[in-house]
Amino acid sequence: MASVTLRNVQKRYGALNVLSAVDLAIADGEFIVLVGPSGCGKSTLLRMIAGLEDISAGEIRIGERLVNDVAPKDRDIAMVFQSYALYPHMDVAANMGFSLALRKAARQTIAERVAGAAGRLGLEALLARLPRQLSGGQRQRVAMGRAIVRDPQVFLFDEPLSNLDAKLRVHMRAEIKALHQSLKTTAIYVTHDQIEAMTMADRIVVMHDGVVQQVGAPLDLYDRPANAFVAGFIGSPAMNFLPARVWRAGDEAAVVLADGGTLAIDAALPVRDGDLVTLGVRPEHPRIAASGALAGEVAVVEPLGLSTQLYATLAGQQVCSLAMGRVAAAPGEPIRLTAEPGDLHLFQRETGQRIG
Amino acid sequence: MIAGRSRAKRRLAAAGLYAAVGLYVAFALFPLFWTFKISVTPQSLLYGEGITVWPSAATLDNYARVLRATDFPRYFLNSVVVSVTTAAIVTLVASAAGYSLSRFRFRGKAAVAFLLLLTQTFPLVMVIPPIYRLMGEIGLTNSLTGLIVIYTAFNVAFATFLMQSYFDGIPKDLEEAAMIDGCTRVEALRRVIVPLTLPGMGATLGFVFTAAWSELLFALMLINSENQKTFAVGLLTFIGKFAVDWGQMMAASVLALVPACLFFAFLQRYLVTGLTAGAVKG
Amino acid sequence: MTSLSSQMAEAASRSGSGGRRRALLAALEPWAYLSPALVLIATVLLVPLLFGIGYSFRKFSAFRSEFVGLGQYEAMLHDPILGQALVNTLWWTAGSLFFQFFLGLGLALLLDRDFVGRRLVQAIVFLPWAVPTFLSGLTWAWLFNPIIGPLPHWLSALGLKAEPTNILADPATAMWGPIIANVWFGIPFFAITLLAALKSIPSELYEAAAIDGANPWQRFTRVTLPFLAPTIAITVMLRTIWIATFADLIYVMTEGGPAGSTNTVATYIYVSAFKSLDKGYASAVAVLLLALLILYAVVLIRMRRLFARDA
Repeated sequence: MASVTLRNVQKRYGALNVLSAVDLAIADGEFIVLVGPSGCGKSTLLRMIAGLEDISAGEIRIGERLVNDVAPKDRDIAMVFQSYALYPHMDVAANMGFSLALRKAARQTIAERVAGAAGRLGLEALLARLPRQLSGGQRQRVAMGRAIVRDPQVFLFDEPLSNLDAKLRVHMRAEIKALHQSLKTTAIYVTHDQIEAMTMADRIVVMHDGVVQQVGAPLDLYDRPANAFVAGFIGSPAMNFLPARVWRAGDEAAVVLADGGTLAIDAALPVRDGDLVTLGVRPEHPRIAASGALAGEVAVVEPLGLSTQLYATLAGQQVCSLAMGRVAAAPGEPIRLTAEPGDLHLFQRETGQRIG
Repeated sequence: MIAGRSRAKRRLAAAGLYAAVGLYVAFALFPLFWTFKISVTPQSLLYGEGITVWPSAATLDNYARVLRATDFPRYFLNSVVVSVTTAAIVTLVASAAGYSLSRFRFRGKAAVAFLLLLTQTFPLVMVIPPIYRLMGEIGLTNSLTGLIVIYTAFNVAFATFLMQSYFDGIPKDLEEAAMIDGCTRVEALRRVIVPLTLPGMGATLGFVFTAAWSELLFALMLINSENQKTFAVGLLTFIGKFAVDWGQMMAASVLALVPACLFFAFLQRYLVTGLTAGAVKG
Repeated sequence: MTSLSSQMAEAASRSGSGGRRRALLAALEPWAYLSPALVLIATVLLVPLLFGIGYSFRKFSAFRSEFVGLGQYEAMLHDPILGQALVNTLWWTAGSLFFQFFLGLGLALLLDRDFVGRRLVQAIVFLPWAVPTFLSGLTWAWLFNPIIGPLPHWLSALGLKAEPTNILADPATAMWGPIIANVWFGIPFFAITLLAALKSIPSELYEAAAIDGANPWQRFTRVTLPFLAPTIAITVMLRTIWIATFADLIYVMTEGGPAGSTNTVATYIYVSAFKSLDKGYASAVAVLLLALLILYAVVLIRMRRLFARDA
């Protein structure tokens, strides 16, 4: 087990900047999730940590050791690939024991370690099968088993669950998390799925266009997104964004929407009268209230049983509101919404940076 | 199948399909059948029954005489040596080159691929005059080694494209997984990639063997001593030298067909991938 | 090799001095794997090619050679055999290609359908591809021989020939012999490549076209042909070059005779290189052939571009 430290890590292909100056300190035993839309550089970063991609500039350390010029095989890491990358010509036991066999471990040791990992993952009955004789979920487990057998310093996961169906994905998510809690090995996990990130991570690294947007614990990111991108990426259904203008008089402050609807905001925020902002509201925060300041029209009602998602047209835009239980509303009806000042997020219109 | 046509129309279409298929099959098999037929016709019946569909008596005498009384076994062996050696060397060289084209990004790669494609379309008659002279100057005429060198060079471009397509079919992830598991690139190649490309290498081996087995012009030009002749050269000089013994010649031809057909049976399922990867190999 | 050295320099400067050796090795690695193939091709194809071009400016005799400038090319202008060979090459190439292509396309379309015994049929009809060319040539030569072959008798029975004689012996008909053998041998090549292309057409396209009201002929011309067009263009071009330079069949069946009636440029090069001492003249003819083929390829590619722009 080891910490992983990235200092000013960059990746360029010719003139193309794929990753710009990533700094990240991952603590020993931590479960870090790199998340972002496809093409954001998260997989490249993971492959650089693995040693599968060259580093254009900067430093990567595993523990105290600088690994910039260390071959993948000598980094003492294990990786689970999106495609699983099981060796098609080897049976499950040989797949799992391959790394130990390469290190010339004793036959006895290999058998024990493989059996141990297989037991943990429920693969005992499959050890003699070839990968093509396994289901998708079983293959995924074998790929995990191959990583566990190594007992490496760091686990790397490259979208390991994205080829599974939805139900299995939820199950494996919990299993990987449980595995990490018992092994306590540092893990770096890449995904494009923010729910995976939220449920599994100790800390999340949100990336976009090769730039780290924010690093933090899942709920910190949810509650205090550093910018509009993070706010929109984390959380499902996604945060509502409405263009607004700040109104300020004395001790009072508010935002005014395009249709004139007004919501009070925290007066302590560093905003001036007339500032152009983007107002962000998570779907769970708008309340339906007869006296609400925002007037709109119901567009779509989606009853989910446990909760109801209601889309209303407000100031010319669709706003999603999520309420527990049932809501008596029909499309076309007028509706009035309100929200508490503490639940509002304000971002600068131009830069998207958080104001409060 | 798209529905909606009447039953009678569909039957007619099926009959037409089978008739067309039957014509193709007959056209493909007839010459081979005829060669076989003459090879089992006794010498005495040849002139009387040369053009009947099957002779009134069949014999294997012609085969016995070819095997015992002629140099054909020697020619056959020479052809096997040349073809097997060529196929083995080409497969090794093309595997390395195909691996390089499949797995590395490097400057000059497009140029290399273009050069290989060019040599694929290259008319070999161009190099007939200079090779005839040059081979004489370095003393490689009348030697199987000379033929092997030439055939290897002629086939390497096609085989490289073929091997590249097989390597392309192996996910890069596997190699990376092996490198993380503790392999160097060479070890990953040996323990993971090579075992997975063995069928592809087998196919390449077969394609090159077939090509080398068929080659005539360079062999005819470069070989004239009796004990170095390949099968093709032997057969052709046989026609020139002796009063035509049809039965023996056809028996020899059928024997030359055997390895080609064996390899074909093995290669059949690779034909589509093979010829499309090479694009131009005939 | 300037690109190689600059690439290495770039690779070296990218990682610091510690990684320089590693970067250098990494840059050399792909070339190391390629080198045996490249060396072989360079020494056995490219070097002789250059020598051949050099030879075309010389005249060779038993023990010496002399530089004659464009003398060999001038001699070609007054060579009636070469003139006939050029015309023959045209017939040989066009005739072979026409039948190979259309029969190959027909076979591919048949094999693209499902019928009982399709796999076996496919194995049989592709078999001629595996038959060594010299055997294809010999086999067909024998079939045309009136003593042991049935074809002359069948032709005369059908009234196509007055006497059951060998068409290979008659200068008026001799070229048909090698062409038929070449068609027999070459159908599988077109069938295989076109079949691969046919298999890559998604079946939804046919279904969508059928739902849109296209009849089978329209489905063929509006869906199949446009999909096959790129494959057809490239295979026809490459195959033309290949047939035009393919000398084996003709050499085996007729050696260019009778009376030069089946002599193509390729067989002419071969026979003059082989049988006459003057490699210079053969080389000059080879250079002419190469020039013609390059011209053909350039014209075809231009035409395709023009066509693509109009379409």
